[in-house]
Amino acid sequence: MFKIAKYISLDIIKSKVIIAYTLLLAAICVSIFMADEDVTKGLVSITTVMLIIVPLVSVVYATTYYFNASEFTELLVSQPISRKNILMGKYLGISAAILGAFLLGVGVPVLLFALSVTGLTLILTGSLLTLCFISLAFLSSVLMRDKAKGIGLALMMWFYCSIIFDGLVLVFLFAFSDYPLEKVLIAITAFNPIDLARILILLQLDIAALMGYTGALYQQFFGSGIGIAFTLIMLMVWFLLPLWASLRIFKKKDL
Amino acid sequence: MEDIIQIKQLQKSFGKLQVLKQVDCNFSRGGIVGVLGPNAAGKTTLIKSILGMVIPDGGEILFDGKSIANSFEYKKNIGYMPQIGRYPDNMKIGDLFDMMKDLRGVYEHLDTDLIAAYGLDAMYNKAMHTLSGGTRQKVSAALAFLFNPPVLILDEPTAGLDPLSAEILKDKILQEKAKGKLILITSHILNEVDELADKVMYLLDGNIKFYKTLADLKAETGEQRLGKALTKILS
Repeated sequence: MFKIAKYISLDIIKSKVIIAYTLLLAAICVSIFMADEDVTKGLVSITTVMLIIVPLVSVVYATTYYFNASEFTELLVSQPISRKNILMGKYLGISAAILGAFLLGVGVPVLLFALSVTGLTLILTGSLLTLCFISLAFLSSVLMRDKAKGIGLALMMWFYCSIIFDGLVLVFLFAFSDYPLEKVLIAITAFNPIDLARILILLQLDIAALMGYTGALYQQFFGSGIGIAFTLIMLMVWFLLPLWASLRIFKKKDL
Repeated sequence: MEDIIQIKQLQKSFGKLQVLKQVDCNFSRGGIVGVLGPNAAGKTTLIKSILGMVIPDGGEILFDGKSIANSFEYKKNIGYMPQIGRYPDNMKIGDLFDMMKDLRGVYEHLDTDLIAAYGLDAMYNKAMHTLSGGTRQKVSAALAFLFNPPVLILDEPTAGLDPLSAEILKDKILQEKAKGKLILITSHILNEVDELADKVMYLLDGNIKFYKTLADLKAETGEQRLGKALTKILS
């Protein structure tokens, strides 16, 4: 398993895409920090950019790599290696490379310019988000036989989390505006890893107070120890559940 | 002779299409079996089932008397050459061989005849994505033979190879047969099967149409060439 991971990581690190991704993240972070003296504002800007780019790149790159390496997977399956080790090796290898790119591109600048609880939260949630979306990428890769369909499904997942989900929540709020929905809303955020990450980071900043009544309620729940634990656990569920499901499917899949 | 691979009532469907219907056959050590059949007859599916790449819907496959379901250890004993071998793009040929040794944890008693015969060792620094289809095919062949496995499964081995390289591969196949190995070959090139095979299996629509020695087949039909014999028996 670790041997496979090692070879895949080494293969990815040599690719131009992952280098470009690292440089892009680093450029965004450094320029934001250089442009503004206020570190908190900088972190908010980085969060906004990160919550779009990180899931998108993770999910698309992992799916593409998975399909491009499908013949290599066939080769591995014909060798005396269990399917579990093959898939987990792939997961470890791909996620180590993408996570490494994230830690270099965002982690290092944040540690240099804004070493604080908020900064560390940002790095932690960004890392978890990366793992979540690589898991989702694996799920869509094992579900689909065709590369185009696989990438399509992966993009749909990203679309759902980034755009459609917010729309659905708005429709829901509008339809049930006669009822007290604040607590329900907290439960609903658990269905979107990007929202979970956003709330977790923003609540580390003082600006949560500016978000009105809901913000205050969020602060009360997500700002508390239980809330933070809840968010982290839900992010872990988003990372482990799709991975477990894809392992189940991969074990029975025809190659 | 002892049967190393036993296939019992193997069934496999892809969606509504039944690719293998109740396939029963045994393969014994020491011999070359040519698996023939028109496109979509189930040849590759049969091979992939033996390798555990395709999970059967019914029936079972025994390797050395043990069921292969949920096991992978038996693959140590199989060398597989796929129809189209593709490898990580950025990897060099030398790295690929090193990786396979590393993954198997085997570094000794390697069979490097084909690496030498194809001059692959001189190309160790070439990245896989720069290679032509034929060179990749050579790499696949060299990998299949590398670990000296008692069973070799070759899917269309000479397709894409130049005539000279194909001859080298055929010689190698005959050499390995002489060592008492079982070699399964699928091919559409009948002359090649005629030259190499001891037994011929003909698959048609997921069933074994016949499975007999080449000599029997020729005697029954009274033909000297496999192509003619096939046309006669199938018409």
